[in-house]
Amino acid sequence: MALGAGLLGAVSGFLGSFAVLRRQSLLGDALSHAALPGIALAFLITGGKATVPILIGAAVTGWVGTLVVRLIVRRSRVPYDAALGLVLSVFFGLGLVLLTVIQKRPDAAQAGLETYLFGQAAALLRADVIVMAVVATVVLLVLMLAWKEMKVLTFDRAYGESLGLPMGRLDGLVTALLVVTIVLGLQTVGVVLMSAMIVAPGAAARQWTRSLGSMVTVAAGIGVAAGVSGAVLSSLFPRLPTGPTIVLILSALVAVSLLMAPGRGLVWRRLQLGRLRGRPRQEPVLMHLHALSLQHPDDPEHGHEVSVLRTMSPPDTDVDAALTALAERGLAASDSKGLWAPTEMGRREAQRTLERLDRGDKR
Amino acid sequence: MNPELEILLIAVVTSVACALPGVFLILRRLALVSDAITHAILPGIVVAFFLTGSLTSPLLVVAAAATGVLSVVLIEAIHRTRLVAEDAATGLVFPAFFSLGVVLVTRWAGKVHLDTDSVLLGELAFAPFDRFIVGGADLGPVALWMMSGILLLNLALIVVFSKELKLATLDPALAAVLGFSPVVLHYLLMTSVSVTAVGAFSAAGSILVVALMIAPPAAAYLLVENFKPMLLLSAALGALGAVGGYGLARWLDVSIAGSMAVVCGLIFAAAFTFGPERGLVSQFRRRSAQRVEFGARLLAVHLLHHEGTSREGVECAVSNLDVHLGWSESVVGKAVAFSLARGLTIEKGPVLRLTEAGRRFAEDLTAGVA
Repeated sequence: MALGAGLLGAVSGFLGSFAVLRRQSLLGDALSHAALPGIALAFLITGGKATVPILIGAAVTGWVGTLVVRLIVRRSRVPYDAALGLVLSVFFGLGLVLLTVIQKRPDAAQAGLETYLFGQAAALLRADVIVMAVVATVVLLVLMLAWKEMKVLTFDRAYGESLGLPMGRLDGLVTALLVVTIVLGLQTVGVVLMSAMIVAPGAAARQWTRSLGSMVTVAAGIGVAAGVSGAVLSSLFPRLPTGPTIVLILSALVAVSLLMAPGRGLVWRRLQLGRLRGRPRQEPVLMHLHALSLQHPDDPEHGHEVSVLRTMSPPDTDVDAALTALAERGLAASDSKGLWAPTEMGRREAQRTLERLDRGDKR
Repeated sequence: MNPELEILLIAVVTSVACALPGVFLILRRLALVSDAITHAILPGIVVAFFLTGSLTSPLLVVAAAATGVLSVVLIEAIHRTRLVAEDAATGLVFPAFFSLGVVLVTRWAGKVHLDTDSVLLGELAFAPFDRFIVGGADLGPVALWMMSGILLLNLALIVVFSKELKLATLDPALAAVLGFSPVVLHYLLMTSVSVTAVGAFSAAGSILVVALMIAPPAAAYLLVENFKPMLLLSAALGALGAVGGYGLARWLDVSIAGSMAVVCGLIFAAAFTFGPERGLVSQFRRRSAQRVEFGARLLAVHLLHHEGTSREGVECAVSNLDVHLGWSESVVGKAVAFSLARGLTIEKGPVLRLTEAGRRFAEDLTAGVA
């Protein structure tokens, strides 16, 4: 059963990465809520808790939910977020109505349905785990076979269309896979929290890496770690629901990633800012030196007083420190009389900066 | 008052109280904030419930609403780091809050009257059991008093800050330039949403509050063009959803909150389909009317082109038009009927000819075309 949660984590990591990058994070939320009436309907129709019909029911209404969202956005001025919220809550309400219908039935074998709200990894059967493994393999296969296309779809759909790639069909396929993943997750994590399962691994992985391939891999790893540890913890302690436990572990991983990830993390950024702040601003001083040397075309290394540079620079610039730093980098030099001039290297560097500014490059 | 009337009243008041801030959520593209807040208040409710032992104490409302606002602050803070997009930030924060709440409830509150189902799903049918009793006098259900108070607060907010809210919603940049702080207004609104969500959750459950906040205003958004009518209509549709939902629930003996959400969804679906200006049906009608009008224009130009030529008898015979224009017979029929009705053409035997007005009409259309 920890295996099932782990597999689920892996698949959500794979697909969630794309959802996060494509700003569809909340689609999963709407989808998982929209699955509830399907679960209840399947139960009403088949009269039992057999896994397969229930999953099919959930997938069907989840899919209908995404279609309704798309229809509302295309055919009215109601914005996307409102359409999502609308579908999510109304479908959930419908599911709730159906659940109360089920509760009134005399056979009352409905106890199992409540686990779909918050999930229970312990309720997973061997067959469920096998289904999950199959889905995970399919997702992995699709990703490997259509890797380039997925990449184009994620980052530049219009370009993909111009190449004649079937972007629309691929989009449909990805949404379908997402629906299947969410439906599978309903048993483990539950309707309410499945969206976190989709968003969190991708969002956390994004902080650690800059390439899609490694992001997807890291996301899957994070999903597995959270899934397995959440399932194990919730089976060790009594009355610790599986879904929320997994989500809390995921949230902790996300928090750590946002804070600590090298390059992007907040702590890292703070450190870097501190380092930059400690250093004197050298660029303006170098540019001034260069401007002065341009006044002497025949003698570019004509020396200038520090006081001149001080006058030219903004009042809070530590000109002496900047000059020392520039000298250390070999960009400027002073002569015996304490007069400063840019070196050949310094002039080239300044010229490059000027060209960059000309191009409007803000770096 | 009998319990049924009390339940109905609570439903209506809750629904209207939710619809009012909902208008601003829709217009400000913040609809999913309601989803986030209704989930995020759970840990606040649980902790305050442990402390006060009551689901309707004012402290609980304050604590839980504070949690809701805190979640919004956190979402915005995470979004501002630009490490993740806004939708992802929302999708990260509220499940975390909600999970915390669920874990707290299931681990430590199992024995008391607070379980995950009631928080998530709500049960209006039990609301009348909690009475508001002052000095031995029974003044009605606590939930009714609480929701009425919240409704009044929301009304007061909208009336007092109507100008500011309107401006900050429709043109935030101008509002900022004129010196109204959009940030303060934003948080006032978020506080109002949180307080409303806390008040409503025991009656409607956290997810159905979302339906009450989004569906009536979204329907009103499709029906009217101005701010004030939208507010009034949202409130009215909210009340209608509450009454209809209650009726449906009584009829089928199902969850009241669930059927309120369903009826609100149906109201939206009706506005979406049959709205006089923006509904699907009128969109379809308008498009087919335009198609007919366009057909009549082309027809007039066609007639002008062949007028007085030797082939006029062939090209302009009504029975041949479908072949020469390459249209289906029904399209030709509609276009011909349209042009006849407008007095642009008359039938001369088998041939369709332009009237004086029709000639001018066609010449205007071709003016400037070599």
